[in-house]
Amino acid sequence: MLDCTPKELKERNSGGAINPAKTCQPLGAMYAALGIHGCLPHSHGSQGCCSYHRMHLSRHFREPAMASTSSFTEGASVFGGGANLKTAIKNVFAIYNPEVMAVHTTCLTETIGDDIPSIIKSTEIPEGKIVIHANTPSYLGSHVTGFSNMTKGMVSYLAEATLPIKKEQVNIIPGFVNPGDMREIKRIVKVMGIKSIMFPDTSGVLDAPMTGKFTMFPQGGATVAQIKDSGNSKLTLALGRFASSDPAELLAQKCQVPATILKTPIGIKATDALLVALRRAFAQEVPYELEEERGQLVDIMTDTHFHFHGKQVGIFGDPDIVTGLTELVLSLGMKPIHILTGTPGGAKGSVAGSFEDEIQAMLKSAGVSANVKAGGDLFTFHQWLKNEPVDLIIGNTYGKYIARAEDIPLVRVGFPVLDRSVHSYLPIVGYRGAMRLIESISNALLDRADRDAADEDFELVM
Amino acid sequence: MAVTEKELQEILDQYPSKVQKNRTKHIFIKDGAESAQVIEANTRTIPGIITNRGCAYAGCKGVVLGPLKDMVHITHGPIGCGYYSWGTRRNKAKSDDPTQNFLNYCVSTDMQESDIVFGGEKKLAKVIDEVIDIFHPKAVTVSATCPVGLIGDDISAVARAAESRHGVPILAFSCEGYKGVSQSAGHHIANNILMERVIGASETEKASGKYPINILGEYNIGGDSWEVERVLEEIGYTVVSVMTGDGSYEELKNAHTAELNLVQCHRSINYIAEMLETKYGTPWLKVNFIGIAGMSESLRNMALYFGDEALIAKTEEVIAREVARIEPLMEQYKKICDGKTAFCFVGGSRGHHYQGLFAEIGIETVLAGYEFAHRDDYEGRQVIPTIKTDADSKNIPQMQVSADERRFRLKVSPEKMEELKQKIPLSYYAGMTVTMKDGSIIVDDLNHFETEEFIKILKPDIFASGIKDKYVIQKMGIPAKQLHSYDYSGPYAGFNGAVNFARDVSMGFASPTWNFIVPPWQDEPLLTGTVTEEGVA
Repeated sequence: MLDCTPKELKERNSGGAINPAKTCQPLGAMYAALGIHGCLPHSHGSQGCCSYHRMHLSRHFREPAMASTSSFTEGASVFGGGANLKTAIKNVFAIYNPEVMAVHTTCLTETIGDDIPSIIKSTEIPEGKIVIHANTPSYLGSHVTGFSNMTKGMVSYLAEATLPIKKEQVNIIPGFVNPGDMREIKRIVKVMGIKSIMFPDTSGVLDAPMTGKFTMFPQGGATVAQIKDSGNSKLTLALGRFASSDPAELLAQKCQVPATILKTPIGIKATDALLVALRRAFAQEVPYELEEERGQLVDIMTDTHFHFHGKQVGIFGDPDIVTGLTELVLSLGMKPIHILTGTPGGAKGSVAGSFEDEIQAMLKSAGVSANVKAGGDLFTFHQWLKNEPVDLIIGNTYGKYIARAEDIPLVRVGFPVLDRSVHSYLPIVGYRGAMRLIESISNALLDRADRDAADEDFELVM
Repeated sequence: MAVTEKELQEILDQYPSKVQKNRTKHIFIKDGAESAQVIEANTRTIPGIITNRGCAYAGCKGVVLGPLKDMVHITHGPIGCGYYSWGTRRNKAKSDDPTQNFLNYCVSTDMQESDIVFGGEKKLAKVIDEVIDIFHPKAVTVSATCPVGLIGDDISAVARAAESRHGVPILAFSCEGYKGVSQSAGHHIANNILMERVIGASETEKASGKYPINILGEYNIGGDSWEVERVLEEIGYTVVSVMTGDGSYEELKNAHTAELNLVQCHRSINYIAEMLETKYGTPWLKVNFIGIAGMSESLRNMALYFGDEALIAKTEEVIAREVARIEPLMEQYKKICDGKTAFCFVGGSRGHHYQGLFAEIGIETVLAGYEFAHRDDYEGRQVIPTIKTDADSKNIPQMQVSADERRFRLKVSPEKMEELKQKIPLSYYAGMTVTMKDGSIIVDDLNHFETEEFIKILKPDIFASGIKDKYVIQKMGIPAKQLHSYDYSGPYAGFNGAVNFARDVSMGFASPTWNFIVPPWQDEPLLTGTVTEEGVA
């Protein structure tokens, strides 16, 4: 397995990627757009883009990922895609009848410079229907950037400040996480007794129930009315800097809703931070229900610390998720010694600071030294592991090849997970999500210990 | 059950007029009494229509090149295209030298904004250098994505320069996603360059074994090719190369030494089949290794081509043994499947091939179509001269080959060829339509709207399609079978494949999970009681 990867680390300076740890912006934009109720994402580019993104999302969620395309041909590439987009808008509303059409661009249409706002403005849109757009050039950032850009599009097209005094409600921008995570975050805020607007919100869309009937626009998703009303909220919590801070900052500028940028609430510290932020802003005491969950989590962490302490881990994936996971494993006394994201750290035009700096600061206070890289690829990650092996890998499905090659257990977390199911329904965020992650990590480590134990060392109680 | 002309019209009438006018030409109800039912195919999908189609890059790098295991495939473009075509198609391969099997690797130039502005040629050259330095591959391919053509990167020039720098063949494919109207354009582009640069590139003049053949258009999804080769090798054939499942640069170079070319997926590889005939005098045989009947007939046709009595006898012996072995296994599945109906909408050959296998387990295909086929895949190759070339097909280079002076050799005499053509589909494909029953629907580039509408009318028991449809269909309570990826099962080709397929389809019907869709309380009143003369009790 991966027998062509040499152990010797040589600097590669071409800027190319071998076994990437990221994909392109439009995928994230499509995912975000599915988090608007009644929305059909539209890919303005060649058919292949739309097809690839739908396939990838469907494989991860095992759900329909509906989207349309401008079906570019060479002619459109030369003369511009205005006619294609106009035709598409007309047909989408006539045939599929969504409430919102969310157009995102591709590398093709960014390269030829199609002016999407002008095209939308000069197209007749049926009464009561909305077309929004986001520029998502595939040659900048990653799928996480695309998620952020489409969420910014929601703010710039829809959010409105219509009241003189802000409402006692919080906006939550959840970041590029699963519907199960979005549900859990909404539950936590609800238990806190605080009214919230979450956008995008793919729960109820990409985890829609089986009813025997297909509906193209399932019940879930943030409604247009909610996103509009986000301009009247008292606070925006942006969870995950890379996926959420830009739209939160835009909402602050546009509607004067102050933004607090937090980590994706993975693990005890980041979940604590979420509750503290809510408690302070809304003067709401944290109810026993959540304190109980927290106490259970701490109970688990202390009771099982010897399963984890000092174990070396390699973590890769999307920056916000990797940051949360790093904090979680550090809180268990583990040593994350290889940490990598494919997303460039602190992309241009983004308020997100350096991924590497943030991770290094966390490691420093824990006294751990590690390889840390933003904009890296899995070829590099694998070479790190060959030179300095770990006890565990945490990352998405693409890590399975490295895990097999090096005979290291893998815990699948993040996007995409293509070879296991149910993950998108169950959270990794909040105290309960932390319990689930700890269970997965400990199962992986102990299954390995069982597998490798000699008969005489094979234990009943561990 | 069938769709009437009136019902079909009612579906189409829901479209805006321009769409209606267009889609009308892509759909028809089979009527054997009509002499030639024409379908429009390989033309543009209208923007805004939710199509299953992909792009030229997907057809070139994703389908044809991707399975070639000993070449490093570089995607020149932003990260997405390379990423999505990495490991997602299930084209399996094994190699005696695992350090020369690059299937689990994805190499992309990961173009950034500055590359788009200032050009990506230098970056591509550097990535090629790195790939050669790290992997030492037999050969390298470079596939272009949309922006590459737009900014004018000359990937052929970069490849030529790198080739002379390193002495390793570097093949450039201008398969930008916007070319053509679907994956089909990419197949053609890949076919051209493989023919030009790889096939015949070895010094070998004669194949090493008896009855040397190439298998074209077989991508070893789920191990299909291995199951077919198991049988072919037992009968006595020598498989020179497979295009391109579990294929390699090393084997492909020798493809000119075959005595016969088998064509499984006509759409994606017929260009090479035709060029091999022109250049080396080797005819091609349309085969269908899906289903017991398809497999058996294909084996018999091959034996007839070579005309060797011992080969014919051995073929019959193997068929008899295999059929006797698997028929009892099929029987149990037939009981589950018998009398059911299917929709079969796949890419460019399976939409046709699987109808036979469905029939063998008692399932009738009531609607079929292709995602990216041409008219000949529906109507038969005799229509090729009448197909109009439009602006979209004109931009795919039409490669002209001529007889190779040194290597051209008619494998069968013209007289023998004519005689064989009466009996077997030699250098000919009759298409899908002819084998379908009257009243069944044939749809080109079936889209989401039509899928829903046809399901409402025909209520099929199973829908064979791809991942984008799968969960849509299953939400309706109908089992959906992925025939691109086989739902991660397989092989489905050949004798053992037929059993696997029958088992998997039966599983789709027999799964207890479907019974839970309706909650038990839904048909039960919330309160129960009786009304008596005294009132409600």
